[in-house]
Amino acid sequence: MIHPKMTLATAGRVLRQLLHDPRTIAMMFVVPCVLLGLLAWMYSDTPLIFDTIGASLLGIFPFVIMFLITSITTLRERTTGTLERLLTMPIGKLDILVGYALVFGFVAALQSLVASLIAVHVYGLNVAGPEWMLVVIAVVDAILGTTLGLFVSAFATTEFQAVQFMPAFIFPQFLLCGLLVPLDKMPRVLHDIANCLPLTYAVSAMQRVSTEAHVSSATYHDILVVLGFAAAAVLLGAATLRRQTR
Amino acid sequence: MHDNAIRADRLTVIRNEKTILDTLSFGITPGKLTGLIGPSGSGKTTLIRTIVGAQKFSSGSLLVLGLPAGSKALRQQIGYVTQSPAVYGDLTTKQNLRYFAAILGKGKDDVRRVVKQVDLEGQADQIVNSLSGGQHARVSLAVALLGDVQVLVLDEPTVGLDPLLREHLWKLFRGLAAEGRTMLISSHVMDEAEKCDDLLLLRDGKVLSHGSKHELLQKTKASTVEAAFLKLVEGAEK
Repeated sequence: MIHPKMTLATAGRVLRQLLHDPRTIAMMFVVPCVLLGLLAWMYSDTPLIFDTIGASLLGIFPFVIMFLITSITTLRERTTGTLERLLTMPIGKLDILVGYALVFGFVAALQSLVASLIAVHVYGLNVAGPEWMLVVIAVVDAILGTTLGLFVSAFATTEFQAVQFMPAFIFPQFLLCGLLVPLDKMPRVLHDIANCLPLTYAVSAMQRVSTEAHVSSATYHDILVVLGFAAAAVLLGAATLRRQTR
Repeated sequence: MHDNAIRADRLTVIRNEKTILDTLSFGITPGKLTGLIGPSGSGKTTLIRTIVGAQKFSSGSLLVLGLPAGSKALRQQIGYVTQSPAVYGDLTTKQNLRYFAAILGKGKDDVRRVVKQVDLEGQADQIVNSLSGGQHARVSLAVALLGDVQVLVLDEPTVGLDPLLREHLWKLFRGLAAEGRTMLISSHVMDEAEKCDDLLLLRDGKVLSHGSKHELLQKTKASTVEAAFLKLVEGAEK
């Protein structure tokens, strides 16, 4: 159940909190662009390699950053008691989560847009497919990071734990996503595991855009899977919000 | 009408195999200031969290306005102030209040009213984290006053505030009670208890005494609540 008025009020509040923290906003935009620049520089003598992995990393950087920011912000809401207070009020759990997802999703979209444009026009990233698709996938990946961060924050009771979820949840996905070793070159079991992880689909979509001139139905399929994971994470996140402690 | 706005019957809360509240039975009447008094660790906060529906209870019953605690319909009816201020430190006073007002279906007039009630007109546009501890706590209190609630449950709302402000807030609480609201205010400071009409004394998760302050002082032949509390504890240990 969603009450649009309360969801929007929550989104407005989260946005206002973010606006009071200009340094975080600056880092959200600057860090992925600098990392992509570093990558372009590393591969300046081998631009073909940059083209192959640059697109994938364009999907991964916003994903990781949004995951961290979201998990810590929502954890803060849990630990300061404002969440408990809200849950004694007539607001729905999804109002809170969707409110968060709207703002961070929006910021993630802006962040990915800026990073993609800079990667293509400043660092000279060449993709076979259309550039707009690159942006779309980067945005979807960042939204996935946001919703996973929302979900995972339920399992952390301190900021230290929340930060540890990054190596625990994100690194395995990064190792198995097909960037370091192509999926079909992995041992069978790992290949099967990789097929259950959302980042695999995010990176697969990026790889398709960088190599296929026309957007294939497989790309749309990958994007839909990523969006499915994102939606599931929001619903699971709502299930972990409890009005009552036992 | 409910004779008792809050009615507990053999209410028990067990958390991690530890009994926090042990077969509490009491009733709290509207229109009065009821103090929930006891040393720290006596179960005050757990009882308050159970009343507002944030804590499940293990056995017994707890009715608030005739409905089981935690009922959805009660979320419009109860105002709750947590012990540490539960507001957004990175927003201004007014931004905090506007947000909670939107959740409670209240408007700008209500925001203006509560800012005045807690005497924060000068700090309305200040970031909450930059306020003093007492001002911070008052923002949290203001949130609870936003709704048109029947039951106000306040966990140590005046701890650490200066005497003038405490006086001001107790006057406000008394006014709210006089309008027919049910006011339950916890404190571990015994001289706050002197300002209440009824007292619910809690110790080790059990009710030590419940009734009007007047009765308590008569029964124990003590001149202050603190002395009465000590006598009761001594009596219980004998």
